Amino acid sequence: MRTEHQSLIFELSKPGRVGYSIPDLDVPEVNVESIIPSDYLRTEEPELPEVSELQIVRHYTALSNRNHGVDSGFYPLGSCTMKYNPKINEDVARFPGFAHIHPLQDEETVQGAMEMMYRLQTSLAEITGMDEVTLQPAAGAHGEWTGLMMIRAYHEANGDFNRTKVIVPDSAHGTNPASATVAGFESITVKSDERGLVDLEDLKRVVDQDVAALMLTNPNTLGLFEEHILEMAKIVHEAGGKLYYDGANANAILGFARPGDMGFDVVHLNLHKTFTGPHGGGGPGSGPVGVKAELIPFLPKPVLVKEDDVYKFEYNRPQSIGRVKPFYGNFGINVRAFTYIMTMGPDGLHQVSENAVLNANYMMRRLELHFDLPFTQHCKHEFVLSGRRQKKLGVRTLDIAKRLLDFGYHPPTIYFPLSVEEAIMIEPTETESKETLDEFIEKMIQIAKEAEETPELVQEAPHTTVVKRLDEATAARKPVLKYSKQA
Amino acid sequence: MTFRYLPMTDQDKKEMLETIGIETTEELFKDIPEEVRFKGRLEIEEALSEPQLVKEMGRLAAMNKNTKEYASFLGAGVYDHYTPSIVNHMLLRSEFYTAYTPYQPEISQGELQAIFEFQTMICELTGMDVANSSMYDGGTSLAEAGLLSAAQTRRKKIIVSKSVHPESRDVLKTYAKGQRLEVVEVDVENGVTSINELRNAVNEETACVIVQYPNFFGQIEPLKEIEEIIHENKGMFVVSSNPLALGALTPPGKFGADIVVGDAQPFGIAQGFGGPHCGYFAVTSKLMRKVPGRLVGQTVDEDGKRGFVLTLQAREQHIRRDKATSNICSNQALNALAASIAMTAFGKKGVKEVAHQNIQKAQYAKKVLEDKGLRSAFTGPFFNEFVIELKCSAKEVNQTLIESGIIGGYDLGLSYPELKNHMLIAVTEMRTKEEIDQLANVLEGLSCVQNISH
Repeated sequence: MRTEHQSLIFELSKPGRVGYSIPDLDVPEVNVESIIPSDYLRTEEPELPEVSELQIVRHYTALSNRNHGVDSGFYPLGSCTMKYNPKINEDVARFPGFAHIHPLQDEETVQGAMEMMYRLQTSLAEITGMDEVTLQPAAGAHGEWTGLMMIRAYHEANGDFNRTKVIVPDSAHGTNPASATVAGFESITVKSDERGLVDLEDLKRVVDQDVAALMLTNPNTLGLFEEHILEMAKIVHEAGGKLYYDGANANAILGFARPGDMGFDVVHLNLHKTFTGPHGGGGPGSGPVGVKAELIPFLPKPVLVKEDDVYKFEYNRPQSIGRVKPFYGNFGINVRAFTYIMTMGPDGLHQVSENAVLNANYMMRRLELHFDLPFTQHCKHEFVLSGRRQKKLGVRTLDIAKRLLDFGYHPPTIYFPLSVEEAIMIEPTETESKETLDEFIEKMIQIAKEAEETPELVQEAPHTTVVKRLDEATAARKPVLKYSKQA
Repeated sequence: MTFRYLPMTDQDKKEMLETIGIETTEELFKDIPEEVRFKGRLEIEEALSEPQLVKEMGRLAAMNKNTKEYASFLGAGVYDHYTPSIVNHMLLRSEFYTAYTPYQPEISQGELQAIFEFQTMICELTGMDVANSSMYDGGTSLAEAGLLSAAQTRRKKIIVSKSVHPESRDVLKTYAKGQRLEVVEVDVENGVTSINELRNAVNEETACVIVQYPNFFGQIEPLKEIEEIIHENKGMFVVSSNPLALGALTPPGKFGADIVVGDAQPFGIAQGFGGPHCGYFAVTSKLMRKVPGRLVGQTVDEDGKRGFVLTLQAREQHIRRDKATSNICSNQALNALAASIAMTAFGKKGVKEVAHQNIQKAQYAKKVLEDKGLRSAFTGPFFNEFVIELKCSAKEVNQTLIESGIIGGYDLGLSYPELKNHMLIAVTEMRTKEEIDQLANVLEGLSCVQNISH
């Protein structure tokens, strides 16, 4: 990483420079004022930068040098599945027949794209054990909302308008309760027990005739498999509710267990996590949703079907929740995910989860000697440590995270789940080698030692990054959200 | 079989199992109850080697008629525009695309600064005070603007013009259903929102009026009149805008818009069969703390050095959970980066020149089509799209056009029954005079077109 001052692109601007090239106008020019009323013709020019092509290239190259991705180094960000993003995926997604086709072309002219989508949705249905999959949702949270809207439509189609509640565990991702709100539900929290699993007694207490659904991540955000999943499904189903599977942690169970077999009625997957559509610095993702047969009528429109070897978008779906997104989802990410599934096949995907889980358990067993481990059973693809031992020495989890930056690592997810004090959530993924894990473990042990011997070294970290810790309080109190020349 | 993405060797596995103190990996999966263990082999397609995979995916891609090989006059919200070569080169800097949300600002300054610059450029183009880091696309961004308006005004009725993209209106209706909000559609007159109907529809229960500028038919909506109607009733004025058009047109901010949304696809983002694109969301400073999604702010580090962070996070789902302003988490960061690079490459001069070329070429196309005897449906000013009347279905016409190497316009009958046999034609800076003339010539030769002038 480079440490010098980094200009904003606007600060490089000088009138007269350009970074583009288009042909001169080749049609007879008309006076624009004669065709567009003057009130609607822009007079004040937007302050976009005026820079040359090389300046742009240097600028974004410099910015990339100030950013850490999976290709830069280990990125054990829990619940985010920061696995390797295959380069072939990027090549395939850029084939002109995928990248440069218009969503409203006649269906006969895009059968290859539709075939790809169909094969992907069929594969995802098999992987999750569901009956049908829609590829439309743009990301995980969008999938959650889509799924909940379908559950609501299902209940309402049964004349059941009083199911106002969605239950989420206290360890759930923040998107779960937020999606419940956007779908018009009230969210109710169910507690975890001392083993980090949903407390069955508490679940029985909160489940009643008002429950529309239970949202669950399995394995949960502590990386633990909800062993009582069948009892939970029974409790919810007997009360007339549906089970929603948040696929954020699906990387743990590919070929080992399927949400559809666990009693889940609706599932979303994060293709940018488990299926290597890159994370992109925060999207675009893709959040396909799978459903059991009785929810198929409620799938968002259009539904992709195959009839006599011809692929069609079906719009005549009277019970559908409607459209959730213009066109057909984040197609480009879906191309990448399909490319990945075709690379791995059934045995490869099984091995993915096996190795992801083995990597996580290996790290957990080595690190539990140096950090507190609140839940000691075998984990799945991730585990959560507590930094409470170090906290007593005056070193917070935040400090540990910042110290890891000095060693070239992206830190784990911290302070989540909320149920663990000073949480450190580590997800190594299957694409990391044992050597990488060992080096990271050594650095974690070193930091634990530093916390005892030279705590200020950790407290004052990072020491080697392009900027030191940033003043977030001022950023929020006096927000500066855009560049202006005067400032 | 060995897999190139999986580095674990048998020796590694043995050592790791020993450290854990177990014999086989099977023991790690014992917590999955026997009844739900998947014991079969997934029935998905067998793995392919890299060369086989390239061949198969190449086969699927080759089945699609693409706009690199065909001259496209299809727009309707997604456009074939010039993308500077550097956009793709910079996007492939893998420090960007293999990173996630910049939770650790010290090692994410590149992404954070790029978003800050994106926010600035969107504000400049739209004439607004604050823009977020992106939304999924123009349609969901528009729907979120409806929800924000309802929350802010505590009113339940959203009014949307029928000249707004039909698919965006459909998305809005789905979102509104979730929040139990009412969506009322206002009719179109000569291709723009009917001012009389709008005046009748808006009252003190109206949360917002949503219009598109330029609208779905390419027409320039009378924002001035619309603004007065909604603000007299203290509702919010929401404008969905093609940001490229704002290189030539007065920005919605100047007309008093409270929220401006849209899709940055025209800036360096491939059509990609409809996604991923890049929604944007811009507001007045009054609404800053109500914005959905991520915002990047400028600050300083411990040494006083400028830096950037995610800010105002108290609005967001990971902090506020069920009280968040939206459930959005992952958005379209990489596409916002693509749009930033394209906007930077165009710059102040380019965005104006490209926008004006769109206007000129669309004007020319409309004229040559009219000269061939085709009738335009509307008479008002327009940006890069216009509507022509046919004697047969647009689908039939398109089937002939494709044989001449042309992807024809959008069949308006699909979403507007009253516009059966009408075609929406888009002409961007990518279309040459020759291609436009060819379109006119092919259309002229069609029997179902010829009848019109007679």
